[in-house]
Amino acid sequence: MIYLDNSATTKPYKEVLNSFLKVSEEFFGNPSSLHKIGGQAEKLLQQARSQVGKLLNVKETEILFTSGGTESNNLAVKGIAMDHRERGRHIITTSIEHASIHNAMVQLESLGYEITYVKPDRNGFISAESIQREMRNDTILVSVIHVNNEVGTIQPIKEIGTMLKKYPKVFFHVDFVQGVGKVPLNFYEAGVHLSTISGYKFHGLKGTGALFIKEGVHLSPLFSGGNQEWKQRSGTENVAGMVAMAKALRMTFEQRKEKLNQMEEAMERLRSGITEIKEIIIHTPIKNRAPHILNFSIKGLKAETFVHAMGKRNIYVSTTSACSSKKKAASTTLLAMGVPQDEAESAIRVSLTFSNTVEEAELAAKAIAETVKHLSEVVKK
Amino acid sequence: MMYDRILVRYGEISTKGRNRNKFIDRLRKNIKRALINYPNITIKAERDRMFILLNGEDSDGIGEKLKEIFGIQSFSPAVKVEKDLDKMKDASLELFRKIHKPEQTFKITAKRSDKTFELDTNGINSEFGGHILRNVDNLKVDVRNPDINLQIEIRKEAAYISAETISGAGGLPAASAGKGMLMLSGGIDSPVAGYLSMKRGLEVEGVHFFSPPFTSERAKQKVIDLSEKLAEVYGHFVLHIVPFTEIQQAIHKQIPENYTMTTTRRIMLRITDAIREKQGGLAIITGESLGQVASQTLESMYAINEVTATPIIRPLITMDKLQIMDIAHHIDTHDISIRPYEDCCTVFVPASPKTKPKLEKVQKYESFFDFEELIQKAVEGTERILLQPASERKDDTLGDLF
Repeated sequence: MIYLDNSATTKPYKEVLNSFLKVSEEFFGNPSSLHKIGGQAEKLLQQARSQVGKLLNVKETEILFTSGGTESNNLAVKGIAMDHRERGRHIITTSIEHASIHNAMVQLESLGYEITYVKPDRNGFISAESIQREMRNDTILVSVIHVNNEVGTIQPIKEIGTMLKKYPKVFFHVDFVQGVGKVPLNFYEAGVHLSTISGYKFHGLKGTGALFIKEGVHLSPLFSGGNQEWKQRSGTENVAGMVAMAKALRMTFEQRKEKLNQMEEAMERLRSGITEIKEIIIHTPIKNRAPHILNFSIKGLKAETFVHAMGKRNIYVSTTSACSSKKKAASTTLLAMGVPQDEAESAIRVSLTFSNTVEEAELAAKAIAETVKHLSEVVKK
Repeated sequence: MMYDRILVRYGEISTKGRNRNKFIDRLRKNIKRALINYPNITIKAERDRMFILLNGEDSDGIGEKLKEIFGIQSFSPAVKVEKDLDKMKDASLELFRKIHKPEQTFKITAKRSDKTFELDTNGINSEFGGHILRNVDNLKVDVRNPDINLQIEIRKEAAYISAETISGAGGLPAASAGKGMLMLSGGIDSPVAGYLSMKRGLEVEGVHFFSPPFTSERAKQKVIDLSEKLAEVYGHFVLHIVPFTEIQQAIHKQIPENYTMTTTRRIMLRITDAIREKQGGLAIITGESLGQVASQTLESMYAINEVTATPIIRPLITMDKLQIMDIAHHIDTHDISIRPYEDCCTVFVPASPKTKPKLEKVQKYESFFDFEELIQKAVEGTERILLQPASERKDDTLGDLF
C-alpha cells in the first residue's frame, strides 16, 4: 500500500497508540477529581500541555485542548465574534478556507455579522495588502489559513500579522492544521492571537486538537459546563488523547529533522514524474508552497474515477479536501484561484508525510501516468 | 554582517566600591548559567562592562535570556571594528542596511573614550551620518526621536558599532547578597515576594508547610511547580517542606478559635527561623501585603513578629493586589497559584480571626502548652528538595508516555 492522503489524516504512530492505551488503562482518572487518581490524570494533562507549548514555542497556559481542527476553528472564530460583538461585527477571511472556517462564517452571517471573503491571486496567494484594503473600523477578526489544505500554498502569515499590528484591536486567527510539523510558524513573531492544530494530521488520534490562545485574549466559550480549560472549553478532558497528541507532535518534529529532505525529494520526483503527462495540469505553485501537498487536474477525467482506479493499484490519493470530497463539488480553492469549472471538478490531491519514500513517489508517478493513459483511452471511445 | 558580541552594562553594580569584583563575578556566573544552551559563547567581564562574544551563536535568542537576568541595566548587540575610518564606515553601513526598514529615521550617537582618535564626537556624527545618508535612499535624520540610533563608540582597543539598546531586568545579581528563607504558601503573593528578593541579590530558599490529609499532594505539587519557576532565576531552588499536621491539630485543641490564626503564624515563623539558622540564612521573606487579610494588619504583624528578631523582608508590603498579580503574570506563576487546592492557610482559617490580636493574650494562651517540642520535631522532619528550572525539567517518571 502506498498511502498518499496524509492531509486528510495520517496513520497514528505505534508509540502514540501505546501511550493512548497505557494512559486509558492505568491513568483513567478524571483530572477534575480531587483524589490521587484524579491528580495523576491532571498531572499527565499538564505535562501534555507543557510539551505542546514548548514544541510550539508558546506558554503552556496558552494551549487549550479541543477535539480537533473543526472545534478549534469554530471556537476561535465564534468565540471572538461573540465576545467582541459590541465593538464590531465585521470579520475578514479568505475564500480559500477550510469548511470549518467557511461554514462558521456563513453561520455568523446569519446572526448579523458581516464577512468579507478576500480572494487569492491566480497562484492561490492572499497578500497582506488585499486584507488591509478591507480593514474597517468595526473589523474585529481576521482569519487566514496557513497552508491551504487543497493546493498547499503557504500564505504570508508573518506579513499579514505585521500589517495587522497597526490595528491593535483586531484579532488574528490562523488555521495551522496543515502547516504544523511541516512548515514552521512562530506565532509570537507573526503577531498571531489564535491558532488551530489538529492531532490526527501529525500521526496522533482523531478527536484530538488544540487552540493556541495568546495570553490576554478572551473569547466566549462554545460549550457551557464544568468550566474545564480555564472555562473556555468545558467537558472532561481527553487525557489519553492529549498525551498521545503531545507525543505525536514531538515525534513529528523529530521526524521532520531527519526526513524532511527525503520527503522533499519524493515530492520532487512525483512532480517531475507527472509534469510530462499532457492531460495533467498542476495547480500547486513551485514557490511558497508546503513540501507535502501537490494538486493537479486531469483533463477529461472525473476525479472520483481516477481515485478509484488508483485505489485498485493500492495507491491512495484524494479528491481535494477529504472533508468536502463526498459532496462531489468542484474545489472552492481552485475556483477562487480562477481555475475553470471543469478543471476544478477533476482535481486530485496527493499529500505526503515523512515516512513516504522516494521509491513510493516514483511508483506513484508511474501509476498515475499509466492510469491516466488507460482511463483516457476508455473515455475517448 | 552578523553581530559578533553583546555589550552588557552593569547599572547599579557600577556604584560599588572595593567589592565590585564580587558582584561582577556573580553576574558573570549567572549569565553563563543562563546561556548554558549556547556553548560557543565566551564572556569577558571588565570593570565597567561585560562583553559576550557570540562566536556564531544567535544574538536574538541570547538577548531574550539576558532580559531576565538581574544586575543588567541594559545591553546592546554590537560589532567590533578596527579603528580605521574606512572599515568603520563600511561596517556601520552594512549594519545599518541590515536593520533599516523603509521610512525609518535615524541619528548617530558617537562616544569617544579614546581621545587620540582622529575625529571628535561631532566629527564622527557628521562623518558617519553623511556616509549613511549618501548610501541609503530616502533616509531622514531625526535627532530627537529616531527609529534607529546608530551608536559608534571609540575605545582604546577598538571601535564598537551597535544600533539598539535593550533594557535589562535591573537589580543586583541573584545570590550576591546572602540568603533568606521565603515562606511559600502556594498563593499568588509569596512567589512574587521571592522573585523581588532575588532581584535585590538575595539567595532565596523556600519553606512550605504541609498538613496531610488536610492539604493534598496536589497542593504540595503546586508549591513545587512554583519553586521550579523561581529556579529559573539562578538555575536551582531549594524547597523545605515542613510536616505541619501535628502542630495544627495541637493549636486547634489548645488555642481559642479566634486566636488560632495568630498562633499558627507565630509557630510558622519560629520554624522558618530555625530552618534559616540551619541553612545559614540571615533573613525571612514573606508575601505579606498590608491589610490584605486578617493576619496582615499591623496589629497582627506586631503580635506575630514578636517571636523573632531576624529581619523579615516584606517586598509586597505596600503593593496593591493588581500590581502583585501583574508581576505574577510576568514571572509565569499566576496560573499555577490559582489552582484551587486547599493549603494550610485556607483549611484552618477560623470563622472570625482576630484582626487586632493582643500580644499578651496570645502569649498567655500559648503558655499552657509546650509547643517547643513539636516545633523541634517538625524542623527535624523537614524534607529538603532541590529543584531545577521548569524550562529545563525532564519529566522522566512517565517519560515513555510522552
